[in-house]
Amino acid sequence: MPLFASLYNFAFWLAQDQAAAEDLVQETYMKALKGFSSFEQGTNFRAWMYRILRNTFMTTQAGLKASAFVSLDGDDGRPPESETAMETAETPESLLLARVEQQQIQQALEQLPVAYREIILLCDMEEMSYHEIGLALGIPIGTVMSRVFRAHRAMRKLLAQRNEGAVHEL
Amino acid sequence: MSCDVWRQWLDVYVDESSSAEETAAIEDHLRTCPSCTAATLARMQLKRLTRAAAAGRYVPSPEFRLRPELSQLMKKGVQKDREPLWKLPWVQAVAAAVVALLIVLVSISAWMRHSVRDQALAELLDLHVATTASANPVDVASADGHTVKPWFQGKLPFTFNLPEPGSSSFKLLGGKVVYFHHAPGAQLLYELRKHQFSVFIVQESTGSSPQAAGIATSRQKGFSIETWSETGLRYAVISDSNPSDVHDLSALLRTAAHQ
Repeated sequence: MPLFASLYNFAFWLAQDQAAAEDLVQETYMKALKGFSSFEQGTNFRAWMYRILRNTFMTTQAGLKASAFVSLDGDDGRPPESETAMETAETPESLLLARVEQQQIQQALEQLPVAYREIILLCDMEEMSYHEIGLALGIPIGTVMSRVFRAHRAMRKLLAQRNEGAVHEL
Repeated sequence: MSCDVWRQWLDVYVDESSSAEETAAIEDHLRTCPSCTAATLARMQLKRLTRAAAAGRYVPSPEFRLRPELSQLMKKGVQKDREPLWKLPWVQAVAAAVVALLIVLVSISAWMRHSVRDQALAELLDLHVATTASANPVDVASADGHTVKPWFQGKLPFTFNLPEPGSSSFKLLGGKVVYFHHAPGAQLLYELRKHQFSVFIVQESTGSSPQAAGIATSRQKGFSIETWSETGLRYAVISDSNPSDVHDLSALLRTAAHQ
């Protein structure tokens, strides 16, 4: 079955629950098969499948919370606020990342709001282009750019906080 | 442009979603800005770490089975959703055009065959009328087939059999060479109850056969006509007598041809 493993992985990252992830994948394939005639041959099949899964997730309880977050996010393509001051005040990223373990990345991802988590997964894990992400999430490319920027910044901030905490624990 | 603005472009650059012009501009800045270069390297590092941590993190359990209805859809669904080839509009249009073309071709072919046959019969009919109207209807006048048949030797590129004299009520009057569609053929003249019968024998290869194959009867301008093919020759019997007489003479000639 095409994309089965990657769709399941993405679904689990979104839902954070095995049963919910399985339901999401089942629903995605059901909808894709029933609506296959609406898929335009020659367009991006992967983005189309991820969009179905993501839209299905958005109708769940967890998804509804995530959509509420997005509406407050304000990532409408406008340039985000400055961050250099914040970065310079924190541990330099390269030093920070040298101490980061895989488990910390996973925990940080789980802590991220869904709207940030999903875009990081599509961008970094699935290595989709911004255009493809826009298709999958149904948002303009300008919004993709600003949301990716904010999601990465939130990720770095979480990692910095966790790392700082670990140092203090020592 | 300040570093604040450049930082907004670093993710786009690392994610390889910047245009060629944007990439060139960003790289120009990175060559002169150690801070932004360090930030870029950190983003690359984080991207790699994220991919390593997230990809394949969760795999479907062996117990995860597709629902029965989904499995059924997997087998049938896609095929069901796709239109059968013959339902596609362009296939229907092409099929309709092909059928229409075939109908036209068959019609033209049938009309041409019919037209050629009618023309050939009309030509033979004219020859028959001209013969019966002539003061010298035949070039060899004899009731004996053994006299008439040899007369055609050297005049025709083929030969034929005639019914034995006295085997029927039909009286042989004689024969002559005629030209039918630029090829020589035999015309025999018979008589029955004052009615005259022309028997035309031409080569099948003249291409002007009145009928493609088998025995065919018709009436034109009151004349009865019967035609058939026999051993590469085309026969036509024409008379103003009734069709049964024409058929009887035709049957005699067919019997003779097999002897």
